[in-house]
Amino acid sequence: MYFGRVVGSVWCTVKHPHMTGKRMLVVQPLTPELANTGKQLICGDCTGAGAGELVYWVRGKEASFPFAPEEPPMDTTVVGIVDEVHVKRPAPNHRRAQRKK
Amino acid sequence: MLIARVVGEIVATQKHASHEGRKLLLVQVLNLDGSDRGDAVIAMDAVDAGVGDKVLLATEGFSAMTSVGRPNSPIDMAVIGFIDQIELVDGVN
Repeated sequence: MYFGRVVGSVWCTVKHPHMTGKRMLVVQPLTPELANTGKQLICGDCTGAGAGELVYWVRGKEASFPFAPEEPPMDTTVVGIVDEVHVKRPAPNHRRAQRKK
Repeated sequence: MLIARVVGEIVATQKHASHEGRKLLLVQVLNLDGSDRGDAVIAMDAVDAGVGDKVLLATEGFSAMTSVGRPNSPIDMAVIGFIDQIELVDGVN
């Protein structure tokens, strides 16, 4: 699973029949420290997440399992809304600074 | 499978029903020398790992969902073991 933030949603009028009624979200991947990392992507949704919320999503065939027995052609789906993140490691910048010493 | 270190946990109340009752760990994938490799990912816990542990990470759907005993659920990564030691043989690449 991967960690990110919902930054928008996508509308499609013409789409695969199994995608009918499915929400699609634009998600920005984040590091555990909540910094943006990588490029935004489109995810399906089974949680009702909205813009601004922290979420996690699955990738691969598993992404269609929340919609079983339907098999929508989704390869990424948001499966949870994150309430809290507990991180216990030095921030990456801090570590880089340490290594230079 | 990949080598990773547990760096945190996440808490989610609104999630897929199959994720109930299992810890979600933030794990940082590592290189053999222990340096970070790419971004941290979220994995479901199958062995009761905690922050700081060096672990074995299954990164494929079937192995991940069967290791946590939740077949046919949207899980694509799971922590499936603790790593005690990695032994590399010199001169063999």
